[in-house]
Amino acid sequence: MMARTLLAASTLSLPHVNYTAIMPELIVLGGSLLLLAVSAVTPRRLPTTVYAAMTSGIGIAALVASLVLYHDVRQGGAFVAIAHSIDVDGFSVLVMTLASCVLILTPMLAAGFFERERLGGCEYYALACISVGGAMLMGAANDLVLIFLALEVLSIPLYVMAGLDYRREGSGEAALKYFLLGAFSSAIFVYGIALVYGATGSTNLGEIAAFLSHNVLVANGVLYGGMALLIVGFSFKIAAVPFHMWTPDVYQGSPTPAVGFMASIAKVGGFAAFLRVFISSFPTLSQTWKPVLWVIVIITVLVGAIAALVQRNVKRMLAYSSINHAGFILLGLQAATARGAAGSLYYLFAYSLLVLGSFGVVAVVGGRGDSGHSIERYRGLGRRSPLLAGAFALLLLAQAGAPFTTGFFAKLYVVEAAVAAHSYALAIVAMVSAAIAAFFYLRVVFVMFGDVQPVPAPAGDAALVAAGEPALVATAVPHAGLLEPAAGASGGLLLAEAPVLVEQDAATVEPSTDEEVRDGIVSAWTWAGLILTVGATVVFGIWPQPLVDFAQHAHLLF
Amino acid sequence: MIHAAFLIPLFPLAGFAVLAPFGRRLGNPLAGWFATAMVFFSFVVTALVFAGLFQHAPDARHFTQHWFTWLSVDHLRVDAGLYVDPLSMTMAAFITGVSTLIHLYSIGYMEHDKDFSKFFVYLNLFVFSMLMLVLGDNFLLSFFGWEGVGVCSYFLISFWFERPSAASAGKKAMIYNRIGDAGFLAAIFLIFEKTGSVQYRVVFAHLSHLPTGTLVAIALLLFLGAAGKSAQIPLYPWLADAMEGPTPVSALIHAATMVTAGVYLMCRINPILHLAPDAAHVIAWVGACTALLGASIGCAQNDIKKVLAYSTISQLGYMFLAVGSGAYVAAIFLMLTHAFYKALLFLSAGSVIHAMDDEQDIKKMGALAKLMPLTAIAFLIGWLSIAGIPPFSGFWSKGEVLMNAWAVSPALWAIGAFTAMLTAYYMGREYFLVFLGQRRWVEAHASGDGHAHVLEVSNHHGADPGASGARSTEETGSEPGHGSAGLHPHDARWVMSAPLVVLSICAVFGGFIDLPFHPNFVLLQRWLNPVVGHSLLVTHFSVAQEWAFGIADAVLALIGATIAASAWRRTAEHPALEPRVLSMAWFIDWSFDHLIARPSSMLAAFSSAVIDNRVIDGAVNGVGALARLGGLGLRKVQNGYVRTYALGLLAGAVVLIAFIIYRAGV
Repeated sequence: MMARTLLAASTLSLPHVNYTAIMPELIVLGGSLLLLAVSAVTPRRLPTTVYAAMTSGIGIAALVASLVLYHDVRQGGAFVAIAHSIDVDGFSVLVMTLASCVLILTPMLAAGFFERERLGGCEYYALACISVGGAMLMGAANDLVLIFLALEVLSIPLYVMAGLDYRREGSGEAALKYFLLGAFSSAIFVYGIALVYGATGSTNLGEIAAFLSHNVLVANGVLYGGMALLIVGFSFKIAAVPFHMWTPDVYQGSPTPAVGFMASIAKVGGFAAFLRVFISSFPTLSQTWKPVLWVIVIITVLVGAIAALVQRNVKRMLAYSSINHAGFILLGLQAATARGAAGSLYYLFAYSLLVLGSFGVVAVVGGRGDSGHSIERYRGLGRRSPLLAGAFALLLLAQAGAPFTTGFFAKLYVVEAAVAAHSYALAIVAMVSAAIAAFFYLRVVFVMFGDVQPVPAPAGDAALVAAGEPALVATAVPHAGLLEPAAGASGGLLLAEAPVLVEQDAATVEPSTDEEVRDGIVSAWTWAGLILTVGATVVFGIWPQPLVDFAQHAHLLF
Repeated sequence: MIHAAFLIPLFPLAGFAVLAPFGRRLGNPLAGWFATAMVFFSFVVTALVFAGLFQHAPDARHFTQHWFTWLSVDHLRVDAGLYVDPLSMTMAAFITGVSTLIHLYSIGYMEHDKDFSKFFVYLNLFVFSMLMLVLGDNFLLSFFGWEGVGVCSYFLISFWFERPSAASAGKKAMIYNRIGDAGFLAAIFLIFEKTGSVQYRVVFAHLSHLPTGTLVAIALLLFLGAAGKSAQIPLYPWLADAMEGPTPVSALIHAATMVTAGVYLMCRINPILHLAPDAAHVIAWVGACTALLGASIGCAQNDIKKVLAYSTISQLGYMFLAVGSGAYVAAIFLMLTHAFYKALLFLSAGSVIHAMDDEQDIKKMGALAKLMPLTAIAFLIGWLSIAGIPPFSGFWSKGEVLMNAWAVSPALWAIGAFTAMLTAYYMGREYFLVFLGQRRWVEAHASGDGHAHVLEVSNHHGADPGASGARSTEETGSEPGHGSAGLHPHDARWVMSAPLVVLSICAVFGGFIDLPFHPNFVLLQRWLNPVVGHSLLVTHFSVAQEWAFGIADAVLALIGATIAASAWRRTAEHPALEPRVLSMAWFIDWSFDHLIARPSSMLAAFSSAVIDNRVIDGAVNGVGALARLGGLGLRKVQNGYVRTYALGLLAGAVVLIAFIIYRAGV
């Protein structure tokens, strides 16, 4: 009897692995190994563009695999694979497609940067592949444990990427901050999984949903606690307020192409799992989690928009703008309807391309040393390099939600979903935040195409600003203690809210002494990436139907 | 064949898309030829679709070409697609036709401009927008074209934006149009609210369920929009300033695009106007008053283009008079013939300006007929057409308008008839002052000091230094050593002359598409009948009455022309005929400026000085100071320390759990 039990326990029953179901993941993860292997066996260092080309190729292969899977799903319907831990449905396939697109575009917009900065090597590209694999898995995972694993696969490469520019102190600081806070939030997330498991007896999303629909919990504090912690974990990944504080610092410090990548892929993965867990596992509890998200959406869109207003550093501004976008995407989840999920997915699609393209431009304008991110550096860009400025203007207008861009439809569909779910207040607040946000997007456009000479700052304002600097130091220094920020020998903080009060004070800041930004210095790769992002933004902005259908099929097979 | 309709707007769009990035590389004149070719192809396709439509039975001459669903939100579904019917095809045909000629002319006119290719970028976009306006199958798509036209007109009117007058004229056009657009938008909202659709055919099918008051409101709001675009009282002053743009732009705005948009819209919504006769009356009276006002101001203007601008306002007034009288065919007929002769007049005026080294004051011209015979003949044809001298095209179209106005109210007819006489007079005045009479300018080598002449001209010219002015290399003509001080006017080269010839032919014979006297001759009416037929107020006049109207029109036109000839043939000074109240345009623009524009500018200045500086900046600074000094607000939290962020994360988590558990009541 006992022996038999032992025997039964010792035979590990391995699940049947359906490799086609995870083909895109296999391709990108295998691709990262391929990149590492190539860089290891080649005697001489390969130019960064070779790795970029390989990575884009891997992305294209993953895209093809995703589309094949999409075709299968459309033909044969959704299915679960590998011991019920992987969902292959319209939703996961859409996430895979989107992640593949990100992987195709990322190296295009990064190659020029790494060439200029002489940061050769395959690391960035291999990390990007791994991270994309994690994001795909987050969209497909049907089990909380797998989601956690995927989350880590997604995140750890991002921590490394943040610190890739090892010669810059800011990069190291960003990496350490991101890593510490990310580890902290992961711990919270795992604890949430444990509580949910404790309450429902399963980590499988389908089983959780079935359990909750068949049983009424008498004491559901454990479940609610777990749900709350899951919300915290996801909110950290997608940078929703009040779990957003790492975002501006990390975005400002990390190498710019890494920022574009993390801003898109982390949101893709984070939102994919967020949507799936809450809509497929906890639909019966939506009356509990919806009010929480209601609050989070409101503060996220408002803090994102208002804080971005006062930023003088374009990367920081875009960081806050991405927080604002996160609030909008959450709007679709908050609606807790199929329509809302489709709206969120559409928004994710539009946002990913926009943010990649925007940071692609920022990477070029930043100049050698990746340091010229003051808004002053953009003054007169429209004259010096009209194509680059034009592309950036278009991307910013799209982010602001201008018609004839994907940004417009993205905002339209999530707000429509919110209205259909009778969340009128949310819809109004979100639109107000969009109006506020339009201001800072347009300010950059205005600076680029406006007068070249900045308006001289009135003496009073300059004095005000001058007075601001010591004040910051005064508040910062006495607290220096326990956990010294990783700012290196200088001992000061590089990445914190700069004292921005008056716009004109920028007049005292000279544009970086680096070489002039002109269309000529932009590499062909960057152009290709920009043409693709801008083209998709405009084409699908005028002719939205294909993307809308795609997003809607995702929910149909949900 | 008719399914090629999508190519009609696509060609100009392609021209825009190619020229915007690569125009400068194509250069001068290739960019111009490319743009012209695009519009011409569009014209060819229009002709083919036109012919294809013709093969169908009259009642089957319409179809919708669905492209894709543009917007789909709840009940609102907006498709991007074309609606092809006799009305939209008539519009498309003359828009592309006249635009082709104007593009061709521009190749010559703009040849010395440094922004040659940019000009054609805007022109192509202008034509594309106009075609979307007339071909769109719903109100929203038309509104898209409507706004596109507005934006392009802004770019083109202030094309020479270095000149403050051009920049402000562009702004003025933009602002007046915005007022009208607000009306259009409100009308679209109202239409969607009441009918649940914005598609023309669906909306028109729902009209019978709507109360008359709603219909009147919709019609008047749309008319407000049309008044903005088509320069009707009170939104007309922008058109007179719009001639700050290069002359081909004036021709395009006045003849082929832009101002005809309002008339088109009114004709398109004829089923609404039919059910809202009160609105139609308002439109008719506003139109008649605008016609008279424009003509009266035109009598005392000295700028060659300004006279034409006021005559356009006046002619548009006629078109609205026709619309308001329920005579949509007459409105379209007049629009067509007006497109021919007004384009002709503007392009001839452009040739004159070109030849006179950017002089626009007709008092400084005279006796140009001998030196520029082709231009003089073209202008003469234009004058005789607009004056309504038989058998030129204007006689037939204006006659039809007046006859229909009589059917509504003899008072309207009287205003229209008097205006017709004024029209013949002021256009005659312009013709005589420019082409006949004494020479009031200095010919090359005639005075030894050409330089002084140029100075004198520009001193006299007041605010406006002339068309291509500072940016044209022709200015170098006055430099010593170049050897050609002063002027020697001559006809322009063929790219500029050929359009004049074509337009002259159209202006002479254009009237024959809709002759009275016999039902077989009213070709235009039979063509448009499927669209406007059931809304037409048909009044039958006997042949004798038609003859009487015709003779009356002709006599009035002749009287006007004779007065002009006797007064202006020999002299250029008749202060009695140019009272200040007319040369100042009834002080209306002046009053708008002083009563509305200046006070609001002052309010803006006040806001900028006081509210912005003290209140808003004060608040911003105050908030900033608060954040800085008190260590409150964002920066306190966003201080860069990981421990603070982690604490924030933890606090957020705690609050969230507390919130959830509290709400769940555990």
